[in-house]
Amino acid sequence: MAEHKINPNDWVKRYSDYLFNYTITRVNDRGIAQDLISETFLAGLKSMANFKGEATERTWLVAILKRKIIDHYRKTNSNKGKAEVRMSYNSGSETEGDWLEERVADPFDKTAEDKIENTELGVALHNCLGKLPEKQAKIFKMKTLLNYETEAICNEMDITASNLWVIIHRARTAMASCMEENWF
Amino acid sequence: MIKLKVECREANHICDKKQYKEASLREKIVLTFHLLYCRACRKYTARNTKLTKLVKNPRVETLNTSAKHKLQQAFKAELRKQQ
Repeated sequence: MAEHKINPNDWVKRYSDYLFNYTITRVNDRGIAQDLISETFLAGLKSMANFKGEATERTWLVAILKRKIIDHYRKTNSNKGKAEVRMSYNSGSETEGDWLEERVADPFDKTAEDKIENTELGVALHNCLGKLPEKQAKIFKMKTLLNYETEAICNEMDITASNLWVIIHRARTAMASCMEENWF
Repeated sequence: MIKLKVECREANHICDKKQYKEASLREKIVLTFHLLYCRACRKYTARNTKLTKLVKNPRVETLNTSAKHKLQQAFKAELRKQQ
């Protein structure tokens, strides 16, 4: 197996979106997610010497990130009693005196599973995006996720419009088959 | 009378454009007509539309550019300290 090299200069550019999606599914807060990623990169930098090259950079960074997320939850739960789950059955005054059964969530409503699927979609998508050639991935991201104008991208990347559409077409074909394999 | 028949390559290009709402009315008509008789392009269009739907999902997050820039700055500063 080829030994994996480490190159911290590209970390932010290459992995921040993937890690961000990974984090946001677990902490549900943009600000905290950003902080955690930033901490992860810094921690990675500090322990770069320990990187043995047995896994890819991304796997290694995710491993660090996992610790950071766990730490984050530990910290918020460190005060005694906070970890305890408290439930109040009468939250609103309007429902006061209603039977408990009437307040059970509608089972045909959006379920937790829907949410889990949706949150992991981002991770899957960025995973596929990571497999594309760098230029394709960048242009696809600009066009599709960040909703840039065609002209703006052409100017920035210094390509013609037809050139852009060819790249988009290739990226879309690759993304569609990748998502079909990994998602559906 | 507009030319109704197009090649598959052209049809796919229109389909790509349509995903970003950049296809003109004429192009949309041509594409619909093409899809009537071309099975391969129907398949491509279906996949393409599905991908668009996935990407449009609000759960797909990207860090905005300024946040990324900030991250990069902080990171560079730390990198310099290390060396």
